[in-house]
Amino acid sequence: MTTLTHTKPAKKIWATWLHRPTKDYVHPYTGGLLLGLVLFAAFFFTGNGLGASGGLNRYIVFIEDLIAPQHVDRTPYLLKMAGGSKDPLDDWVVFAVAGAMIGGFTSGWLNGRLKIETNKGPNISVRQRWFLAFLGGAIMGYGARMARGCTSGLALSGGAVLSVGAWAFMFSVFGGAYMLAYFVRKEWL
Amino acid sequence: MNFPLASLQTTSAANPWSYLVFLVIGFAFGYVLEISGFGNSKKLAAQFYFTDLTVLKVMFGAIITAMVLLFTMIGLGVLDYSQVYVNTTYLWPMIVGGLIMGVGFIVGGFCPGTSLVGMVTGKVDALFFVLGVLAGIFAFGETEIYFDYWWQNSGYLGRFTLMDWLNLPNGIVVTLVVLMALFMFFGAELLEKYVGKRDLAKEPKLRFAGAAALIAVALSVIFIDSPSTEQKYTQLAPVKDTALAKREVQIVPAELFHTMYDNKLQLVILDIRSEADYNLFHLRGARNVQPKEVKSIVPELLANAAPNKVVVLMSNDEATATAAWKTLVAEAIPNVYILEGGVNNWLAFFGKEDRTITPIKATVSESLQYKFTSALGDRYLASAPSLIEYETLKYEPKIKLQFKRDKSGGGCG
Repeated sequence: MTTLTHTKPAKKIWATWLHRPTKDYVHPYTGGLLLGLVLFAAFFFTGNGLGASGGLNRYIVFIEDLIAPQHVDRTPYLLKMAGGSKDPLDDWVVFAVAGAMIGGFTSGWLNGRLKIETNKGPNISVRQRWFLAFLGGAIMGYGARMARGCTSGLALSGGAVLSVGAWAFMFSVFGGAYMLAYFVRKEWL
Repeated sequence: MNFPLASLQTTSAANPWSYLVFLVIGFAFGYVLEISGFGNSKKLAAQFYFTDLTVLKVMFGAIITAMVLLFTMIGLGVLDYSQVYVNTTYLWPMIVGGLIMGVGFIVGGFCPGTSLVGMVTGKVDALFFVLGVLAGIFAFGETEIYFDYWWQNSGYLGRFTLMDWLNLPNGIVVTLVVLMALFMFFGAELLEKYVGKRDLAKEPKLRFAGAAALIAVALSVIFIDSPSTEQKYTQLAPVKDTALAKREVQIVPAELFHTMYDNKLQLVILDIRSEADYNLFHLRGARNVQPKEVKSIVPELLANAAPNKVVVLMSNDEATATAAWKTLVAEAIPNVYILEGGVNNWLAFFGKEDRTITPIKATVSESLQYKFTSALGDRYLASAPSLIEYETLKYEPKIKLQFKRDKSGGGCG
């Protein structure tokens, strides 16, 4: 009963708690069904769908408002969210985003997928992937605000309630990605 | 129609539970994204190389599942579609923004929602992506002013649904979208088989039953009647009838007159009277709509909606205009008002000095109480009274712009 004498008890508990056995992902259609049920419930009870970029937008405006409130008050785009004494964080999407992070973490933990790693294709380095991730994120952030939403808030939510703009947006996103895919294939393949 | 719940329109300190509700919704969202594998950028990018089309299946699967459930509830009259947020269509910014996002997606390997899930599960590339998103959002905030006019106006179609665009009822559109999605799934499975070398025999057979179920529910939406205008008004009646009784939506001629010259508002004047009466006299800029045709202009009004648009209805007295008001209000047109006392009242005030307009006694309600020497239409002085002559008029203003649901901060916007 004393075979594992060299492992410190605290470290063992931490390891067991954090590194659970890795489970498979659910089948895509199952994921789609479940996500659809969440989306339906959101609309049914609150009239709002889901969202992501809107929440991130408000986090950043919150920080901007702390550092340079006069600038926020002079810029119309920022004024809408944080002008004067308006609290940019008092909006449903901010809480939905916070919840999404908690939910994502919980799922990763329960399913043994918490792992510090970088996903990339075999033909680029980790550093290159990090740079491209940042660049892609910046492009996405800019495009998301231009479109007034991202794949969660606009494509998914707007798509389900049949907004024309949302559908046009959705096809544009897929179109843009497919058109560029060949040229960035080294990053992934 | 009790749903959606008005108390959950957004978070508010008046409703502390609202914060928890959105946290829980978000939790479920993040959880489902993670179990679908969307914390992993390689899996997300594979969509664009045809080896693993999980993104398409999850996205469109979610959309059609939510859509058929929502429209079933709407058809049954349980869910009020007018209170469901439908992303405002700004066509060109959405297309251009979408193309830009497509580029960001394939370069960065994530979208904002999935990058958060990736970040909290330890993916370092997701962390860099999130930082990038914050930087990109910041950059947008700083540069938006340079193309503000385009961003605010280009391709603005308001709350514009596929039903409005195609002029088809809910059930048909829902069914067409389901069929399109299923067709895409079929194509996706073929691509995964031939490009991704996937063995389709290992896919769950249950998916065919699922597809059939979706089609069945979509078809049923066609047969559940969408609530009629009368039914929709009945749901709103307690509030709206009170407003009518309290005279909150009837504006005096003086207020309509001032509104005609108010540059901050877009005014739509609808004259709900017979063509004959309209031809005799009408206000400058008023459009004649027959009482029976009021419902038919609803799609046009919805498509051309603007936050500062005000619709004023008039008939000879108030009865016909009020009936038209109920129709427009039931169909969720915002900012609709009635001219108090109708055209008769307008002429009593603004037509006093005109010798060619003589008052007559009317015995039937909703008939013109004036006689005109000729049918000048809107060429009377009273059609567009002089601003100088009537500059100062006292009245209690009733027009208040309604900012419900098409709010600029709505959804992810």
